[in-house]
Amino acid sequence: MSTTLRDILDKLLGRQPASAKTARDRLQLVLAHDRSDLSPELLDQMRREIFEVVAKYVDIDLDEGEVSLETEDRMTALVANLPIKRCQAKKPSSSNESSLPPKEQKATLTPKQESPLPPKEQESLLPIKETE
Amino acid sequence: MAPTTRTILICSGKGGVGKTTLTANLGIALARLGVNTVVLDADFGLRNLDLLLGLENRIVYTAQEVLAENCRLDQALVKHKQEPNLSLLPAGNPRMLEWLKPEDMQRIAAMLADQFDYVLIDCPAGIEDGFKNAVAAAKEAIVITTPEVSAVRDADRVIGLLNTHGVKPVQLVLNRVRPKMMANQEMLAADDVTDILALPLLGLVLEDEQVIVSTNRGEPLTLSNSKTPAARAYANIARRLQGEDIPLIDPAKEGLGLRDKMWRLMQTKIF
Ligand SMILES: Nc1ncnc2c1ncn2[C@@H]1O[C@H](COP(=O)(O)OP(=O)(O)O)[C@@H](O)[C@H]1O
Ligand SMILES: [Mg+2]
Repeated sequence: MSTTLRDILDKLLGRQPASAKTARDRLQLVLAHDRSDLSPELLDQMRREIFEVVAKYVDIDLDEGEVSLETEDRMTALVANLPIKRCQAKKPSSSNESSLPPKEQKATLTPKQESPLPPKEQESLLPIKETE
Repeated sequence: MAPTTRTILICSGKGGVGKTTLTANLGIALARLGVNTVVLDADFGLRNLDLLLGLENRIVYTAQEVLAENCRLDQALVKHKQEPNLSLLPAGNPRMLEWLKPEDMQRIAAMLADQFDYVLIDCPAGIEDGFKNAVAAAKEAIVITTPEVSAVRDADRVIGLLNTHGVKPVQLVLNRVRPKMMANQEMLAADDVTDILALPLLGLVLEDEQVIVSTNRGEPLTLSNSKTPAARAYANIARRLQGEDIPLIDPAKEGLGLRDKMWRLMQTKIF
């Protein structure tokens, strides 16, 4: 969303942000969930399965990984931010015997094709159709 | 059916945000612009439209008798005394809800569309059967909300349902706006709400004590040449519906002191 002078001042002075901003942020979050109609439980399960699938191919940082819902212009998207620990890809189904020492190198999964949403940096966006 | 008739559902999701007040005031305002208007009370459970229009003592028949073919439509319609371009079709007994179907509402709306230029439907709160019946009869919709999280969230649910029912256009009215709170960023701004709901803003109605006074009397604000903020807002909504290009008021500009200007600068979006 957008930032105002007041937001910056609030941050500098360690003040609570104006309640309108809090309202906006909370609404954005709750509507992403309302619009997708995914229960928190299902979302959590999906998150775990996505991690599992991705982990088959690359080493991802499970603590930093994040799969969440975002919404803009009545378009809801599944946003995955999965930092990769090592840049070399795993061969599918082979164990991870890599010659490289495990370097803490962060990379993010980005989609190959154009997503219908304005591309966000380093995130993969999966638009979700609105359900009734 | 007159092809140009506009059948507009006035809905909100949340109760008590101003649907009935908007329906009554908009009905009168449109009638005063010379268009033949009918307001249909589709809130059978908690009907109030008659009371807000001051017509509660003139009801003989209702939509119920029309549907049961116990009376003709023109017998059930209540014409407003001071504003004969406006008629009310009252809601029947709450027990109607037990058998009322979307097709019934469609039948009523079609009958009304034959005779009127505008059919405004006062929708019940919620998204259950009452809403589903009312939405079946509508071609377009006005969603009304207040700048509060619960009302906006419920409005969002309703907009989703309007979309799946193919109702369009859907426009937004923001009600009970308090300019001071908005200027202090302690109330969601109009832009915030239109961004979040992704709807065009048809009108912005300020919080106005006169709304309550007019409700007490059963005389909608738009009936007199009242110049109170809400009265002007309702009249402007009517004219915008009629295609006039009337700029929206900017609540932040309501105050013009140095302090207000400072606040405005503070809330300018810089990135
Ligand atoms: N702009 C306004 N300023 C002040 N009070 C308002 C305004 N709009 C509505 N109200 C009040 O809010 C209450 C609910 O309004 P109502 O139109 O009955 O809501 P709904 O039909 O959505 O349940 C009423 O008491 C009404 O007088
Ligand atoms: Mg009502």
